[in-house]
Amino acid sequence: MEATLLPNPKDTNATILLMGLRRGGKSSICKVVFHNMQPLDTLYLESTSKPTTELFSSLIDLSVMELPGQLNYFEPNYDSERLFSSIGALVYVIDSQDEYLNALTNLSMIVEFAYKVNPKINIEVLIHKIDGLSEDYRIDAQRDIMQRTGDELLDLGLEGVQVSFYLTSIFDHSIYEAFSRIVQKLIPELPSLENMLDNLVQHSSIDKVFLFDVNSKIYVATDSSPVDIQTYEVCAEFIDITIDLDDLYIEDSNGSQAKNSNSKVATPKELKSISHLSNGSILYLKQMIRGLALVALIRNDDVRILNDGSSESSIGTQERSLTIIDYNVNLLKKSLMKMWENSKLISRNEQY
Amino acid sequence: MSNSSRKKLLLMGRSGSGKSSMRSIIFSNYSAFDTRRLGATIDVEHSHLRFLGNMTLNLWDCGGQDVFMDNYFSNQKDHIFKMVQVLIHVFDVESKSINKDIEIFVKALTNLQKYSPGAKIFVLLHKMDLVQIDKREELFNIMMEKLQNISNPYQFKVVGFPTSIWDESLYKAWSQIVCSLIPNMNLFNSNLIKFNQILDAEEIILFEKTTFLVISSTTSIENELNKDLQPELDPKRFEKISSIIKTYKQSISKLRTNFSNLIIRGSNGSHFYIDILTDNMFIMLILKDKDNHISSTVQHEELLILENIKAARKWFEKIENGNV
Ligand SMILES: Nc1nc2c(ncn2[C@@H]2O[C@H](COP(=O)(O)OP(=O)(O)OP(=O)(O)O)[C@@H](O)[C@H]2O)c(=O)[nH]1
Ligand SMILES: Nc1nc2c(ncn2[C@@H]2O[C@H](COP(=O)(O)OP(=O)(O)O)[C@@H](O)[C@H]2O)c(=O)[nH]1
Ligand SMILES: [Mg+2]
Repeated sequence: MEATLLPNPKDTNATILLMGLRRGGKSSICKVVFHNMQPLDTLYLESTSKPTTELFSSLIDLSVMELPGQLNYFEPNYDSERLFSSIGALVYVIDSQDEYLNALTNLSMIVEFAYKVNPKINIEVLIHKIDGLSEDYRIDAQRDIMQRTGDELLDLGLEGVQVSFYLTSIFDHSIYEAFSRIVQKLIPELPSLENMLDNLVQHSSIDKVFLFDVNSKIYVATDSSPVDIQTYEVCAEFIDITIDLDDLYIEDSNGSQAKNSNSKVATPKELKSISHLSNGSILYLKQMIRGLALVALIRNDDVRILNDGSSESSIGTQERSLTIIDYNVNLLKKSLMKMWENSKLISRNEQY
Repeated sequence: MSNSSRKKLLLMGRSGSGKSSMRSIIFSNYSAFDTRRLGATIDVEHSHLRFLGNMTLNLWDCGGQDVFMDNYFSNQKDHIFKMVQVLIHVFDVESKSINKDIEIFVKALTNLQKYSPGAKIFVLLHKMDLVQIDKREELFNIMMEKLQNISNPYQFKVVGFPTSIWDESLYKAWSQIVCSLIPNMNLFNSNLIKFNQILDAEEIILFEKTTFLVISSTTSIENELNKDLQPELDPKRFEKISSIIKTYKQSISKLRTNFSNLIIRGSNGSHFYIDILTDNMFIMLILKDKDNHISSTVQHEELLILENIKAARKWFEKIENGNV
């Protein structure tokens, strides 16, 4: 397996700007996705009154900046121009449980400004809090919002602007799916990552593979087969299961310091986890670099063999296919390391 | 044999104290979140669970509304309180009417003394998550002393646990309740120690298959001897494992399947093996990396350990079936 690196030196900018009216759910989204807050606990969040920025290091360094809803960005003393010219994605949060006409006007105004300053900006609209809406109403709301936004932008003479819409809620995985896709657009190496994962799938019996950011459970890449909600959730939860069990036997730091002298100070080893499921599938996890983990669902290919051979041989082939997957995943990890070194070089070159 | 291996467990307590919630989490793979959908239990709900081969747990979840309670203590009293092995009495720690709660507890004890004087009594001080962390221990001690004093005239010894569906405490309590019913407990323990003389694992734990409650555990001989030299491991780790694996089972039920094993190469040089031991038990081994292996021997070692687990199977099947 060989990775073709297509780094684009102009595109290493990875700031996400979160905007939207007050109480739309911006802080909640940040807390749930990036700080593992329980969705119900967001009820107690204070209203945000000044811009906040948070940094996340994953394959790329990502910063998420939240602008409070009531701020007037177009005041002369606020340097909105510089702000918008430096961001990769504008994420606008609309509360779908509330009257949203004001939000749409606000959105168009911001898009007009942002697009002028930075025509390459990705514009992403979250139709948020859909957990409170019925299935039918969700679709109606989405259609209505898309229609109105389109009309408003047309009125402003902004025809070519691409806007993506996502239905989201912090109470299910939809917010992770949306953020995954938003973040992926900011990763210049995405095509080669996807290529590598497709390659992996082609040369083994893997059904679906994700490259996860372990902390946030955003996936920075996946193979090109469609993402099935259940598979995503099971894979994301498998990361937590593995880490939670591993943590239980990591000795208490106080205790190990006490006997520091005779215990070798172990460098952390690469975490790996494999689980055989009763239906013959296998869940496979391997830690990669930079807070990433590869998680794959491997399907059972051995039905044929089971019919004409003994069950022994089927276990044999499964072990063999795991060995091959291990080998390929190790290669992929090496390519990731190379890719990251390259991208580090590029961003450093840019500074000078 | 078949008669004595049926165990009747009464689950009692006021309405809303959390009885059905616990039962659903431990025995029916609910998540704590799912329990919000539960309605009040009407009369008595029976569940029958096969546990470790030839034992059957008959769990009587007694709906706690006053209408039903009044019936238990009058018309139905011999039906309810006869041949009881275990009473699990649940108290909601946030209850506004403690006197009423205690009144019911006393009635249950009175009837048990008459119909099943040999029963074991467990009390669960439940919904502990609602109490401030630093107040929990004190509250627990005060309540337990009070309840023990109440039980003394009836010649019952009460064993109590603080519990909550929102953490692993539930698993600790239920594990001990269920273990108190296993007649050949010491055989499990002694065989586990024997098994570990072969494997030299850091720790071996036996779990019941459906509930993932801990049945028995052993640690390495070296760890046992040098207890104070060893760094502290989390004292709640067993119930945490139960809880984590239950979460895992819930998770993969989305793929309409269960798991047959889980092998983790940890970040700290520990290796974890969770595997089916018998039809009714899972085994978990925690092994420390001895030397630096190259990857081919690692895989070899994995297979060897899985083979060893297979080999131990018949020992433990015998104990389960009471043939030792
Ligand atoms: N905070 C908290 N809530 C709990 C806990 N256990 C149960 N609950 C909640 O308490 C409510 C009542 O629980 P049930 O299990 O139906 O109560 P019950 O004892 O079976 O009630 P009856 O069937 O009427 O006797 C549910 O909404 C549970 O989610 C707990 O440990 N902590
Ligand atoms: N039903 C529902 N409520 C949400 C969701 N996301 C956020 N909220 C609630 O919306 C309220 C406002 O959220 P907050 O993050 O403070 O909004 P901000 O002002 O945009 O930062 C809070 O009470 C959240 O609990 C969601 O997906 N569904
Ligand atoms: Mg009930």
